[in-house]
Amino acid sequence: MKPRVGIPRALLYYNYFPMWEAFFKELGAEVVLSDLTNKKILDDGVNCSVDDACLPIKVFHGHIINLKDRVDYLFVPRLISVERNEYICPKFCGLPDMVLNSVRELPTVIDCTINLRNSYSSLRKAVLDVGRLFTSDYRRIYMAYRKAAQNLKFFEELMENGATPLEAMRGCHSAKGEYRYPIGLIGHPYNIYDNYVSMRIIDKLRDRGINVITQDMICSTELDRIARGFSKPMFWSFGKRIMAASRYLIDERQARGIIYLVAFGCGLDALVGDLVERRIRKRGIPFCLLTIDEHTGEAGIDTRLEAFVDMLEWGGAKECL
Amino acid sequence: MLVTFPHMGNAYIAMKSVLEDLGVEVLVPPPCTKRTLELGTKHAPELACLPLKLNIGNYIEALEMGAEVIVMAGGCGPCRFGYYAEVQREILQDLGCNFKMVVLERPQGNARDFVKKIAMITGGKNILQVLASIKRATRVAVLMDELESLCWQVRPREKREGTVSRLMREFHSQAVKTRGSGKLAILIGEYKNRISRVETEEKKEVLRIGIVGEIYTVIEPFVNVSIAEKLGDLGAEVDKSITVSYWVINHLIKEALHMHDKRELREASYPYLRSFVGGHGQESVANTVLYKRRGYDGVIHLLPFTCMPEIVARSVLPEVSHRYGIPVMTLVLDEMTGEAGYMTRLEAFVDLIRRKKEMKELYEERILSGD
Repeated sequence: MKPRVGIPRALLYYNYFPMWEAFFKELGAEVVLSDLTNKKILDDGVNCSVDDACLPIKVFHGHIINLKDRVDYLFVPRLISVERNEYICPKFCGLPDMVLNSVRELPTVIDCTINLRNSYSSLRKAVLDVGRLFTSDYRRIYMAYRKAAQNLKFFEELMENGATPLEAMRGCHSAKGEYRYPIGLIGHPYNIYDNYVSMRIIDKLRDRGINVITQDMICSTELDRIARGFSKPMFWSFGKRIMAASRYLIDERQARGIIYLVAFGCGLDALVGDLVERRIRKRGIPFCLLTIDEHTGEAGIDTRLEAFVDMLEWGGAKECL
Repeated sequence: MLVTFPHMGNAYIAMKSVLEDLGVEVLVPPPCTKRTLELGTKHAPELACLPLKLNIGNYIEALEMGAEVIVMAGGCGPCRFGYYAEVQREILQDLGCNFKMVVLERPQGNARDFVKKIAMITGGKNILQVLASIKRATRVAVLMDELESLCWQVRPREKREGTVSRLMREFHSQAVKTRGSGKLAILIGEYKNRISRVETEEKKEVLRIGIVGEIYTVIEPFVNVSIAEKLGDLGAEVDKSITVSYWVINHLIKEALHMHDKRELREASYPYLRSFVGGHGQESVANTVLYKRRGYDGVIHLLPFTCMPEIVARSVLPEVSHRYGIPVMTLVLDEMTGEAGYMTRLEAFVDLIRRKKEMKELYEERILSGD
């Protein structure tokens, strides 16, 4: 029987899933996904994690509970850093420990460490460590990794062409509708693309004929170019992308407004959000900060979105500010 | 050029000493008060952590008194502290404050930048002079922490309650007025003498409680509502896992020279937390284990609301507490913290560990007498 590897549909699922899916499949494992986020997953997560953790971490715990009885392995990598001199977030450094100490009766947890802060060699080690669980053939592991890396590249290209991760995973390009004008939607990928957490914010905006551009739909080299202009290099990879995207969207894509979706309790968003907001407000561009947590009611978010879009459409920003 | 810096417990003594030895005019911001906090919460982002808010309050109060240059530390993540200075500068600029901010951080490749910044504050002093005064200030920080830990030992045993606290208040009001490392060292020595002469009841049974957690909340008495003092009055001897001198020696000096030996910490935290998580998260877990090994009766874990590294520590601490059989209480601090609520929890915790200790002793007695 094929070994079943469980991948929770939370956190970096939206950034790296196509890569690990290909990797595990090439090694002869079956990939099992948790269900899409729903009320039960959220409630389970809230109940078993510490109360002041941020929303995405609680959601992640919920997905682990949803998945743990159906699989032989749980894939919870320890992602310390994915780029030189940068980190993701302290909670990602301790994610496997948080899960192991809060959820009982877990299957084997694959918690390889990926730390590219100082060198790229840890990726090689992580890939080999994970691969060895399934085969002793190094060549096969290497080929699986190559396939995985190709998949990731293809996936990222689709996103840079305007597809959301969920669309890109289905292999389709973005729904090319007749959009009237662009606005920027920025925030952590696991907040904006999780349809339950974000309450389908992208679909709602697209339904109103708005071209939604997220930071993942912008070419990475452009973002890096802008990030080099920061007064101090930003050491959080996501924070850097968010901040660079907000500048790029205003300066080079003429976005009419920016929506920043933050999760309650997110440490990065608290600081990055403030820096982004100050800059955008000085430019006189409409800005909307939407905070989501486990209690957020959909009606409240809808009202704020509608008000924001109406404001954009009734004669521009100046009159409303 | 009047230089100021944010408060963190008794850290101002070391900062003052290093700058004054270099001939810099120093303005120590007024101690943190309710107004400091209110100014901070008003201008800082809502969900930012508490130290950032109090820093802003310190700056505003110091700038009102005429400070011109702010000296602040930086970092390279993943804790938010590394980006504090950027956010704080933006906030103060938007408020229309007139100031210059110098951020001191470990140079990443470019050491010349660091030297230039130091030269700017000190008005072009020789680097050897700077190093010598850093060395003297480190000595002052060590002395200061010795004085504090003496207080923690004497306070639960003193005959007339409140003597130590009164002496310490006197000390701080004099320390602000004292200039230079030499005089500060003498002042500290004098008070060390006076406190060690305080009348004590040697036979009194005291509990031993270790304090772990995020550095600012552990060190700054305004934020932790003087937890060391309160526990002392409740008859418990306190030890803090992180002090100013520990931070200066291990994080600023040894880390820069790659000499910081973390083996003991890693070994102690490994079964629960296997990786560095920024800030002092791993230390919190490791020190809880170490306190148990050193025979402490309980541990209190402090963190500011939304602190990222300590949330990771917090989620594994229940397991540590369970496996080692050491009571751990977590206190989350924010601008809403009420002193009365705090006091109740501390009293309850002390009662609990006292009872636990008594039960254990009773049990052991029984075994010995063969009942």
